Formats: sequence, C-alpha cells, structure tokens
Amino acid sequence: MTGPLNIFDKPNSYIGRSVSRPEAQRLIEGRGQYVDDLQLPRMVHAAFARSPYAHAKIININKSEAEKLPGVVAIFDGADFVDHVSPYVGTLTHLQGLRSPPQMPLAIDTARWQGEPVVMVVAQSRAIAEDACALIDIEFEPLEAVCDAETALELDSPVIHDEYENNRAWERIVDSGNVDDAFARDDVTVVERTFNFARHTGVTLEPRASVVEFNPSENALTYHYSGQAPHMMQAILSKILNLHEENIRVIAKDVGGSFGIKIHLYGDELATAAAAKILKRPVKFVADRNESFVSDIHARDHRVKGRIAVAQSGEIAALEIDDLTGIGPYSMYPRSSGIECNQVLNLTGAPYAIENYRAKGTIVFQNKNMMCQYRAVGHPIAMAVADGLLESAAHEINMDVVEIRRKNLFRDNNYPVTTAAGMKLDDLSHQKALEKLVSFMDYDGLRKDQVGAREQGVYRGIGFVSMVEVTNPSPMFYGIGGAPISAQDGATVRLDAAGALHVSSSITEQGQGTNTIIAQIAAGVFGVDMDRVKVTTGDTATTPYGGGTWASRGAGIGGEAVLLASNALKEQVLEVAGVILQSSAENLDIEHGLVVDSENRTERISLGDLGKIVYYRGNELPSDVTPELIATRHFRVTDIPFVFTNGAMAAHVEVDIETGLVKVLDFWAVEDCGRVINPKLVDEQIRGGVVQGIGGAFYEECIYSDDGQLQNASMADYLVPMAAEMPDIHIAHIETPTKTSVLGAKGAGEAGTGGAPAALMNAVNDALRPLNTSIYQMPMTPQRILKAQGTV
Amino acid sequence: MKAADFAYEKPVDLASALDLLNDEDRDIQLLAGGQSLMPMMNFRLAQPELLIDLNGVDELNFIEEEGEVITIGAMARYSQLQASPIISQHVPLFTLALPHIAHAAVRNRGTIGGSVALADPAAEMPALLIALGATITVISKSAEREISARDFFIGIYETALGNGELVKSVTVPKAKKDNVYGFYELTRRHGDYAMAGVAIAAGSIDPVSDLKIVLFSVSDKPRRLKDAEAVLDGKDLDNADAHASVKRALTKFEFQGDLNADAKTKQHLAGVVIKRTLEGMV
Ligand SMILES: Cc1cc2nc3c(=O)[nH]c(=O)nc-3n(C[C@H](O)[C@H](O)[C@H](O)COP(=O)(O)OP(=O)(O)OC[C@H]3O[C@@H](n4cnc5c(N)ncnc54)[C@H](O)[C@@H]3O)c2cc1C
Repeated sequence: MTGPLNIFDKPNSYIGRSVSRPEAQRLIEGRGQYVDDLQLPRMVHAAFARSPYAHAKIININKSEAEKLPGVVAIFDGADFVDHVSPYVGTLTHLQGLRSPPQMPLAIDTARWQGEPVVMVVAQSRAIAEDACALIDIEFEPLEAVCDAETALELDSPVIHDEYENNRAWERIVDSGNVDDAFARDDVTVVERTFNFARHTGVTLEPRASVVEFNPSENALTYHYSGQAPHMMQAILSKILNLHEENIRVIAKDVGGSFGIKIHLYGDELATAAAAKILKRPVKFVADRNESFVSDIHARDHRVKGRIAVAQSGEIAALEIDDLTGIGPYSMYPRSSGIECNQVLNLTGAPYAIENYRAKGTIVFQNKNMMCQYRAVGHPIAMAVADGLLESAAHEINMDVVEIRRKNLFRDNNYPVTTAAGMKLDDLSHQKALEKLVSFMDYDGLRKDQVGAREQGVYRGIGFVSMVEVTNPSPMFYGIGGAPISAQDGATVRLDAAGALHVSSSITEQGQGTNTIIAQIAAGVFGVDMDRVKVTTGDTATTPYGGGTWASRGAGIGGEAVLLASNALKEQVLEVAGVILQSSAENLDIEHGLVVDSENRTERISLGDLGKIVYYRGNELPSDVTPELIATRHFRVTDIPFVFTNGAMAAHVEVDIETGLVKVLDFWAVEDCGRVINPKLVDEQIRGGVVQGIGGAFYEECIYSDDGQLQNASMADYLVPMAAEMPDIHIAHIETPTKTSVLGAKGAGEAGTGGAPAALMNAVNDALRPLNTSIYQMPMTPQRILKAQGTV
Repeated sequence: MKAADFAYEKPVDLASALDLLNDEDRDIQLLAGGQSLMPMMNFRLAQPELLIDLNGVDELNFIEEEGEVITIGAMARYSQLQASPIISQHVPLFTLALPHIAHAAVRNRGTIGGSVALADPAAEMPALLIALGATITVISKSAEREISARDFFIGIYETALGNGELVKSVTVPKAKKDNVYGFYELTRRHGDYAMAGVAIAAGSIDPVSDLKIVLFSVSDKPRRLKDAEAVLDGKDLDNADAHASVKRALTKFEFQGDLNADAKTKQHLAGVVIKRTLEGMV
C-alpha cells in the first residue's frame, strides 16, 4: 500500500460526498447515446427466426420465399456461419469437471430451447427482416424436451447432447468438519427445509443491442456494444471471428442497465458481428422485449434441500445443503453457467462461524433458455437458505432470531477468518451491523406492534438476513479458469493545457454512476474541481485494459486505479511546478486547480498556467526537464480472492391471509461496503438492489409449460416490481475500509438483491407462524401462500 | 416486434369511418386508444390490412346527460370519465372502478369503446356495464342498433359486433337515490389485470333489491352470480348466511384459471372479493 493518507480529508476531496451525477442532465434531456441511436451509412438490420420448440430436430430450412422479399439483404442459417466462426465452449478449468458442448451462433441440426436463434435475416429495416422471418419455412421434428431439473438425471430422461451419457453438467461437493457426527448429537435440534427459487431474468430498460461495422481494408471490426465488459468482448470476438485483437474496437457509450445480462456472448449478437464481416457493412441488432425474454440469460432456478442442527445455546452445530439447478442446454460463454451454483456452495452460511458444513451442487442441462450470472449471483439463494434455516431453528428452540445471529455471526474483532467453505473474510462488521439494524428499525417496537396487530387479525411479520457479498474479485474468479476476463483495471489521468483533467478508465458505466465516482476520486486526489474532470469509459481504443463493471468491482478496483494514477500525476505535476517555481515539490500541493503552498495554502501557479508553460512554452523549462503530464496505473486485488462485504437487513411485511397478497411495509439495510465514495449513489444501488430482491421474492418468474414453452414472455405477464408496491427502504452504513487498497472501497452493487429475498421470506414466515404454516418457494405468490395455508 | 405492413386511414367524421369499415374483403382494425391493439400488432397477433384511426372522429368523443341516462361516446378516454362531473355525479360505480383500470398513462389513451369492443375477460369496463344494465349502441354504414351489455359480451375477445359495425356509444342509467354500488379487485401489482374482481350494483340495500353481482377476470367473460343474487334478494347482505350462500353459488360457477391464479384459487378469491365488497356496501 502506498499513497498519502490525507486524501480523504483534503479541502477539495469529493470522496464521501453525495455529488450529483454529471451526466444526469444529458440523459434527462434525452441526449443519451445508446446503441440503437446509431445510424450509420449502409447500415442494415437483423432479425432472427427462433425455435418455437424447446427441443426439435431441424429437418429443413426453406428460405426461398423470404429471399424474394424486397429489402432482404442476406439470410443465414447455422451452417452458413461454420466457415466464419470458431465454436466456443462455456467452461472454466477451475470449475473442475464442468462440461458443455461447443456452441455456434445459430442452431445447427437441433434446436435446444424455445427462443434459440435458428435463422438470421438481414434487411433494409427491422420490419422487413421480421416480415422475412415470418416467410422462412423451417421444418422441425419435435423431440421430447427435458425441462424439469429434478428429472433431468433420471435414467429414462431423454439426453440433450448425444456426446454425453446423461444431462449432468457439473457436480461439486464441499465437506468440512464432521457433519454426520454433528447432526447425530443428541443435544441438537435439526430443522430441514426444501427451498425453491424460480427462474427469473434481468429486465433492462435498454435491451441487448449491437451495431457492428467491418472495415475490410483494415480487417478491422468495430462493435458498438450495450454492455459491461468491452475488453472481454474484444478478446472473445478476436478468438471466435479470427481477427487480431488490436483490430477490434469495442465501444460502450450509454448503457440502459445491464445487471449481468449483457456480459455474455449471445449467439444472435455473434451472428450480427459475423454478418457484418461477411457483408462488409454495418449490421444492427436490437433485441425486442419478446425475444429478450426468451434469449437474455435467465438466473436462479434452484432447488435446495437444506438442514441445520442447532444446540440449545443457539450455536450452529452443522449445516448441510444439496443444490440442484438447471442451466439450459449449454453453459454460457465465456463466464460459464457454473458460477451461480458454485457461489451457493461457497456462500451458504458464510456469515456464521460454522465448523461442520457439507454442500453438494448439481447442475443439469435442460431444454430451457440459458441460465447464467445475473446481479448477486448465487447470493439470494445462499442467504435465503442459511437464514431461512436459521430462523426456523431459532423458533424451534425458542430463541429470538436476532439473538441466534448474535451467537453465530463471526466476531468483529477476530478477522481474518476462513469460512467452512474456505472463503477468506477480512475487515467485516457483522455484529455491529446487526446491532445498528436492530436499533435503527426499532425492533422491540415492531414486535410489540406485531402482537397488537395479531389480536386484530392482522398478520405482520419481521424477517432478517445477515449477509456477505462477494466484491472486488481477484483473478481467482475467472482468469484462473482460462477466461479472457481481466481482474485488474487501469486508469490514465492526463492534465491538459487548460488545467483540466482527463481520466480514462477500463471500468464501465451502465447507469450506476461509475463515471461520477471516477471523477470524484480523480478530482479529489489530484486537486481540481469536479467540473474540470472529463471521464472516458467504455472504449477499448482509448481506455487502459481492464475487466469492466461487474461483480461489484468497479469502484473498488477501477476506483483504486484512478486514485493511484491521480496521485502519480499529482507528483509529476508538482515536480514540474517545483522547477517552475524554484521550490521543492514537497512544499507544494494542488487544490481547486491551483498549485498552492502546502503550508499556508496560498496560490503559487494555476494548473492552466503550468499547462501552458509545459505544452506551449517548453523553452522556459530547463532542457533536462521532460514533463509527463499523464500517468497510468493499474490495480488488482492480490492478497485475497475476494473482498467480501457484509450487511444486515430486515423486512416488515403484512400478509393478507385471505388473499395471499403481501404488502412490504418497510425495509431496512445496514451495509458495510468499506469506504463510501458517494453516499447517494451507494444508497440508490442498495435501494435498486432491494427492489430487485423484492422482485425475486414476490413477482418475477419465468413460467415454463411442461414442454418448455415460456408462458409469460411479455411485460404484461412477467411481473417486475413497480413503484406503487415498493416500501420505504431505509439505509445506514458502517464503514470498515478494506486493507487491500488505499481507497478502502468494497463493492455495493449487489447487496440488496442478494439479501432482500431472505429477509422477505423470513418476514412472511414470521407472519404466517401463528397459522402453523410456512413458505420456502420464491416468488411467494398469492396462490402459493394460499396453498401453503391449505386454503386452495 | 414491428407490426406487419398495413394501410392506414384517419377519417375525420363517423360517416367516412363507416364507409371505410364497410368492406367485407379486408381485414380491418379500428384504432382507438391503441393500448391493446398496438401491442397486439407489434406482436403480430393482429395483422390488419387496414387500420382505421378513430382519433380524428370527434363525434365519437362525448359524455352526455339526457333524462334518466348518461351516454358516453366510444372514443371517451378513461381519464375523461374520471375527470367528468357528470360521471362522478351520476355513475358512482365508474368512479369506484376507474382508478383500478391500468395506470394513468394508459387511462389517458384507452377508451371506453376500445375496452368494450375488445371484450377482454379480465377487463373492468365490461363488468361495470353489465352491473349497470348498460346498453351499447353499435352502428354500421346501413344501420344502428342497441345491444344490452348482458348480450354484448359473448366470450374471450368475442362480442355481438357484426361485420362493418363499430361501437358508437355506451348508455348507462343514472344512479338513483337508493342505489348502492361496490367494486373490488385483487391484483398482484397496482394497475394489473385482476386475479379476481367484482362489480356489484343494488337497487337498494336495506332490504336488498335488484342485486347484480358481476365477477370478472375469473372466467371467459364477466358473469353474474345469479344464484347468489336470488338468495340474497330481500335479505341483509353482510352476515354469515349471506356469505355462505355466496360460497355455495361459487361452487356452481365455472372458473377459468390463468398464470396468476388457477381455477380453484379464482374461486376462493371470488368469494373474498364479494365478501369484502358487500362489507363495504352496508
Ligand atoms: C400496461 C397496461 C395495463 C392495462 N391494464 C388494464 C386493466 O387493468 N384493465 C383493463 O380493462 N384494461 C387494461 N389495459 C387495456 C386498456 O384498458 C385498453 O386501453 C383497452 O382495453 C382498449 O382500449 P383502447 O381504446 O386502447 O383500444 P384499442 O387498443 O385501440 O383497440 C382495442 C380493440 O378494440 C377495437 N376497437 C376500438 N374502438 C372500437 C370501436 N369504437 N368499435 C369497434 N371496435 C373498436 C380495435 O379495433 C381493437 O381490436 C391495459 C393496457 C396496458 C397497456
């Protein structure tokens, strides 16, 4: 660790302040630049004919009618891309044993999920392309579909891939301590539950979109991308399209939400790039809502059997889970579809000091849309299972649900620790967070209210979660497994002749305020006002190399690179200033765009004047002085695989037991994401995350028929959480900076989504307790709550 | 999600609209608020050859009081109904129900005529009209006729509208002094179509007379619970006997499930909405 320790209390530091987002004005005025806004000369539009069946042989594709339609430019089927695209396999070597067959952009011979792209039409307009899709005659022979993960491994189940003997994609077992002995102890109470988490998906305001240009004279491809990881896209497009990486430029300007949806390689997008290369003209593909539902990755879809043994003292003697998840027909490329299950195994019970832990994870192929990483990967499952079991057990032994957490949460003064699953935790504050939550929400008051309400026939419940969140991952997340995904990020900071600062960073902005915190850090650390900072992100041609924004890593990793680069540039500038002012650099500082005397803070020279001397009148400088008004630094987490954060959350709900409808009355979150760079942005990340968690808990579900048809692929039927139903979400912070960086920031982007479902499920079950019933199935729909009561 | 190609006409009076509509050979759709039709066209579930936009036909946009009835033009928007003093004074059932139809943005465009013509079994308006004993006036190039709401709604997206006909207006009786109304629906999110809903109209409440209980979003169309209406006539509404007779009547009712609630759940929820509405009416 290097760097001055005073950067946080400097007079013009922006770190820790709720600065407004500089780009907000532009976006509100409708001047955003999204991929679909691009209009390029000679650009044509793509649409896809998708499989209407979950599983079917493709017998014949007749394009002749469609080809005759005026305005159609080209029609491609899967075979047409074979010579242009190398197959890709969505496995990672560190998820040992994970298997998945090679994929191609369009189905060849067999379609394996309803919605899989089969034929691509490129036409003068999207409407013509859709007309042509309707004219393509694809003869299918339906095959029996494997839909239910529970039966996918049975001997009489059809097998999706001929090359495999069954539908198993991966299996992992974690076994630590002595679980069997602990469950057999005669002083423990054992609680067993089965949890079901439906499939849902991330609904981005801006759908997946790409415009791809190819310049044959330079063999260069430009990919206008709505997404989170430009350099990853550059690397994988290079590999798959057989182009030099430096000849691929990926540009992500404004992105209307991503949530992990836009960080994978989709067949339709790859086909768009391949078509642009073949046709040598720009091709645009913007997924519509309907095809987004059947082709954007889905997430969750877990069935977890869990059991917990607790002693009368409340101590957790053992925890065991068995997770089964269906990932669709392939493991998604390049991050694989193994990570969510892996996270469930790694994170279940992670906040607690548990010695005996066993977890089994099984991943199966099925004929449904592909499943992959979506905001809070694995967390909502892991937290709901552990804390669901824990609260049930607390009631069995007549212990308060807060008290049982106090007993089992890792102590704040005892870090670093390693969890039963082998996760290294440091700089956490579980106990403090829980105590702050309890007083912040007035727990005792709510319990009194609950008793009073029940006397009136009103069923209110309070539920908690204590959670960890994986943030700031090191190369141990993906890079180690062979994926071209960078765990380090870079920042370049440059002073121009007018005294303004230009920052370019490899992390990306998808609406969460990345560019704002970059400007805050640079302005504060270097010493200019924020309105003199220009930030560039999302362009592989102009930013340093790095991973992008995902896994709650932008601020913690990318932010640290900005800090280091700003600091380096400051030293360089002060060195030049020292020469100009004939003073020692140590006696100088930079503040509000001025080089000042570090003691009395009086102005010595403005950065603008300094810039002009360096850039225009270098003759005034001694010839052995070679000023570098630019600095680049990179950062990665080295000491530990992940910088975990912690939080404690609580939900207060009211269940209408006659209708099964649940009203979330209030929600509280106490979050420790280390140093808070911008409280407003962090709070909104947590609120937005909680809202997505409420979505998962009560509304969102990709409903499939038994034969693998998605039943609710529209915004009318797929229920996203909406403002009218949302409670007040109260937020408080604890700041325990991570020791892995000077900045001390951990991630905060996924905590709400990861924690909220557990607290909500516990609250609903707390409300239902007098009725001697419970529900462990999400979303907790009115019908499911009525069924749990035996009403219907 | 781009609509298939279609021809577009925007007549400025009713006569020209009817002229255009008088064409047996073409698949024609009328565009009112577009809140249902536009998504159906973009999903290509509707692929009309000709789209006749009624938004220029001012003759169809009115709310009129005349004697004992209120007549509402097909192109009157939900938001106009909500803002109309005539409606709030004379059609209290509308005032109860309108806030539950979709969201403000949709109500700014959606029309009463569009809702009636669409006949979505989950929609509120058809149920309200049956409960009110409304009459629907339909018109073609050659004739105009009146159809009672009871007979107008035939099934899922199916009405008594004939070829070349459009909905001209809806006529509802003004509420009288003793009339009592109730409305209740259960939705998963505000503005969604209901899991179960009911509109109730009573000529009088003490004693009960001329009761109409119309369930919607539970079956192929809004349907009256006639068995319960008959039993409750002349009785006290909110008591255990009344609720028991409603429950009995519900066992004979044909429920149809959807993604949010299967038939059994609909039956249960229908009982809940009726009970809660009756409680609110006394
Ligand atoms: C987000 C959302 C939520 C919604 N929620 C609800 C809800 O909770 N409850 C509810 O009832 N509705 C709901 N709707 C539907 C909305 O109320 C529609 O506006 C209504 O169903 C149709 O009215 P419209 O004027 O938009 O008709 P359009 O969509 O323009 O037309 C619908 C159909 O009626 C035909 N038509 C229109 N006018 C006439 C006429 N005068 N004569 C003959 N045929 C005609 C059209 O040709 C078309 O087939 C919702 C819509 C949206 C987008």
